[in-house]
Amino acid sequence: MVAPLPVAADGQGSRMSAGWAVAAAQAVLVAAVAPLLLGFTRAVRARLEGRGGGRIAQPWRDLRKQFRKEPLIPADAGVFFAAAPAVLTATSLMVAAAVPYLSTQNPLASSTDLIVVVGLLLLGTVALALAGLDTGTAFGGMGASREMTIAALVEPTLLLSVFALSTRVGSTNLSAIVAAGTTDQARVFSPASALAAAALAIATLAEAGRLPVDNPATHLELTMVHEAMTLEYSGRDLALVEWASAMRLTILLGLLATVFVPWGVATNLHPVAVALAAALFVAKLCVLSGLLAVAEVFTAKLRLFRVPELLAGSFVLGLLAVITSAVLA
Amino acid sequence: MTPVAAALGGAFSMAAGGALAGLVTPARWRSAVVGAATAGVGIAGAIAGLAAVSGTGWQVRLPDLLPLAGVSLTVDAVGGWFLLLIGGVAAVVGVYTVGYTGQTGHGPAARGALALVPLFVAAMLLVPAAGSVSTFLLAWELMAVTSLLLMLAEHRHTPAVRTAGLWYAAMTQAGFVAVLLGLAWLAAAAGGESFDTIRDRAAQLSPLASSGVFLLCLAGFASKAGVVPLHPWLPRAHAEAPSHVSALMSAAMVKLGVYGIVRIAFDLLGGGPRWWWLLLGALGALSALYGILQAAVATDLKRLLAFSTSENVGLILLGLAAAGLLAGAGQFTVAGVAVAAALLHAANHAGFKTLLFCGAGSVLRATGTRDLDELGGLSRRMPATTVLVGVGVLGAAALPPGNGFISEWLLLQALLHRDPAGGTTLIIAAPVAVAVVALTAGVGVATYVKALGTGFLARPRSTKASDAVESPPTMLAGMGLAAAVCAGLAVFPAVTAPALDRVTSGLRVGSAPMQGGVDLQLAGVAASISPLWIAVGAVGLAVAVAAVARTTGRTRRRAAAWDCGDGPLTARMEYTSTSFAEPLQRVFDDVLAPEQDIDVTHPAESAYLVRTVEYRRRLPDRVEARLFGPLMTAVSSIGQAARGLATGSVHRYLAYMLTALVAVLIAGVFR
Repeated sequence: MVAPLPVAADGQGSRMSAGWAVAAAQAVLVAAVAPLLLGFTRAVRARLEGRGGGRIAQPWRDLRKQFRKEPLIPADAGVFFAAAPAVLTATSLMVAAAVPYLSTQNPLASSTDLIVVVGLLLLGTVALALAGLDTGTAFGGMGASREMTIAALVEPTLLLSVFALSTRVGSTNLSAIVAAGTTDQARVFSPASALAAAALAIATLAEAGRLPVDNPATHLELTMVHEAMTLEYSGRDLALVEWASAMRLTILLGLLATVFVPWGVATNLHPVAVALAAALFVAKLCVLSGLLAVAEVFTAKLRLFRVPELLAGSFVLGLLAVITSAVLA
Repeated sequence: MTPVAAALGGAFSMAAGGALAGLVTPARWRSAVVGAATAGVGIAGAIAGLAAVSGTGWQVRLPDLLPLAGVSLTVDAVGGWFLLLIGGVAAVVGVYTVGYTGQTGHGPAARGALALVPLFVAAMLLVPAAGSVSTFLLAWELMAVTSLLLMLAEHRHTPAVRTAGLWYAAMTQAGFVAVLLGLAWLAAAAGGESFDTIRDRAAQLSPLASSGVFLLCLAGFASKAGVVPLHPWLPRAHAEAPSHVSALMSAAMVKLGVYGIVRIAFDLLGGGPRWWWLLLGALGALSALYGILQAAVATDLKRLLAFSTSENVGLILLGLAAAGLLAGAGQFTVAGVAVAAALLHAANHAGFKTLLFCGAGSVLRATGTRDLDELGGLSRRMPATTVLVGVGVLGAAALPPGNGFISEWLLLQALLHRDPAGGTTLIIAAPVAVAVVALTAGVGVATYVKALGTGFLARPRSTKASDAVESPPTMLAGMGLAAAVCAGLAVFPAVTAPALDRVTSGLRVGSAPMQGGVDLQLAGVAASISPLWIAVGAVGLAVAVAAVARTTGRTRRRAAAWDCGDGPLTARMEYTSTSFAEPLQRVFDDVLAPEQDIDVTHPAESAYLVRTVEYRRRLPDRVEARLFGPLMTAVSSIGQAARGLATGSVHRYLAYMLTALVAVLIAGVFR
């Protein structure tokens, strides 16, 4: 079945501009919430581990402090090192604006789709990996090598889950997928969706660099992946990289929430509906990141060479999801 | 005179002129003259292709040009697409050649080596223009011979060139024999050798004949296209040929293998049973995965690019196979999307692979090495080359906003939008194909990050790399042209829509796959993206973020790299391309089967102390070793056994000839 594209070219200027306003609002919301979500995750984790922990707004304070410091650039690094923080942030902002978190009437929906979203996230990963190599240090290369190995296995999983989600709707268009989920609930709770959700959840952990794939809290050379690439960043560059990384976590958790628990996403551009959707979106994010924190308390980091086994598992889950959804469709 | 005739006539006369000029011009001007002629041939070929895909075909028969069969040329939309592709590649490579071969006058700049370049391009242009079996075979063989001679240009300099040449000669001739047998069978079964006759009578062929023709032609064309397992010549030939020839071979010549498959399977035979397409798809999937895995662990930059060619051809074949299956199931709209994806990917691959092989040539010229482990630090010594290679890498890694992304997106859409009622085969095949495309894309990104990151960034790992200087302007201009074409295809892919529409209608598998100007929309399929907005958004937002950060934050200061406070850094501490690919190699250990040796020597006093540790690693091509190793052993043992027949006695040879003659006569009598 072919779902109609939700954004009709109706030419109503006011509606389009309202749509753009919602897209911009989404980007701002994700950018604002992302560090808070990180702080929330850390706080939950600290509480569960019996520590006091920092405040929820602590990541924002860190970012502000880093932004004021002087950025250093390694003697041998070039334009790739300097450009990576901006590229990473830009791709994160684009994805944050394009995914229909608040309303399915997103004007970007006809310009991007799930495959583009996966591609843009990967572009950010690649920018950071090249920056890691550009520093010319052992750690930078190590982080880049590990990150690309993981990304090479995560991307297929992401694409397969995308495909499984798209098969049931007949489109890779994100608004169509979410809209179909809000109207036809039988489709959301299908075995294919459960498999796709499991695959996407593992891919999210890997892509966002969380336990058990990567430990965001350590700088131990045996284990670090993301941190190894960003070791040479300082000042405003480091602030941008950390902010963008937080946004990526929010984006991916938000994607999970919006695609698999689509209730609450507005199907129009009415301000009240959008505001309600924003509140629900933040609530879903809190639940998911709380779950993430709980899971992280009870999980140890995997050995680097055990990670591919986990990712291969999620790849197989994704493949099963696609086949199931194709058979059931 | 139609535009196609005029342009093709211009191309062939320019090629002749260029070849002649290559032979007589003094060394100082030779590269410039031949490069300009090659570019001219390319432009004329591209114009002919453009005219053909815009709807003005052309047909001519010259019975007196060659004895027996004559020459028959037919240019339609399908041929036009490939003419355009070859012409575009040749135009770029022509400009690049001027600077690359330089004024030395020997090696690739020798008289013969340069004179053959325009002839090679002309032979490639002749292949899609051929309108009969005999003309096609003639053009095919001309292309094979000229490319072989060009590939051997540096045979005095490097012994590896000779081995590569042997492999290429043997495999291209074996492929030619397969194509010859297939097409001869086809012509005999159809009762005529012109493509028009064959097309008309294809429906009356027996299933045995059409499947036999398909298999023979597939074997021949797949070996030319570098499809695994018929690929072993490709990484050798592409790596050892002079870089402008590598670019022509990888970006243009390999595509003619694809053209052959399209022409025979879709056009002349008019499709076939389902197992044809499943076989084609399986070959494509194997090529894509094996090619990209070998590319991921390659340390030779040109070998990496060559294996990536196998990978991309695999993706193209996957698209064609999907199109065949879908058209067989009556889903012509989606089949049209699949054909469009395959053909657009062929064009995109031609664009970025030209750029990347030219970039590899610039690196080779500046440093004298292709080994990624010895490179590094080129981004500050060769900034323009690095940026241009970066554009190619963006396309080759299929990342938005690159051009490779668009065609892979189309391919995924075709695989997604098949009608669910299309039968069990499609239900199983499509998800597997998606998994292959996805895994290929993932490993491809890692591969190209390795190529760019360890080859061009960070600090030089050898004096060869630290002494590199930027390439001359003509080389940069050629690469710049290729980069502009890549960017154009990435941002405005919809401009190819009318041409692709004509090609797919010409192949009778569907029509009107794409629509739209700024947005890329698929007709009859709910899918659209806006490559322009993605590109503008990504670049614009990145610039905006950088500008805001720059104006509000403090300025950057250069300082020694921190690296956890560990002492002064040397280049030996950097990750090399081998170490970069090591985790990936470990993950795919079972497929790649690396051979590792660790030798530990001990001093005489005690076996508990270690004096030296030696580590060696080889990554042999497994398919080659398993498949071609036994074959070559068998061939050489037969050759050894047959030596007894040739003792050097003239009488004996005369007796052989007499026996053979008598046998033929008897066979003729009793037939």
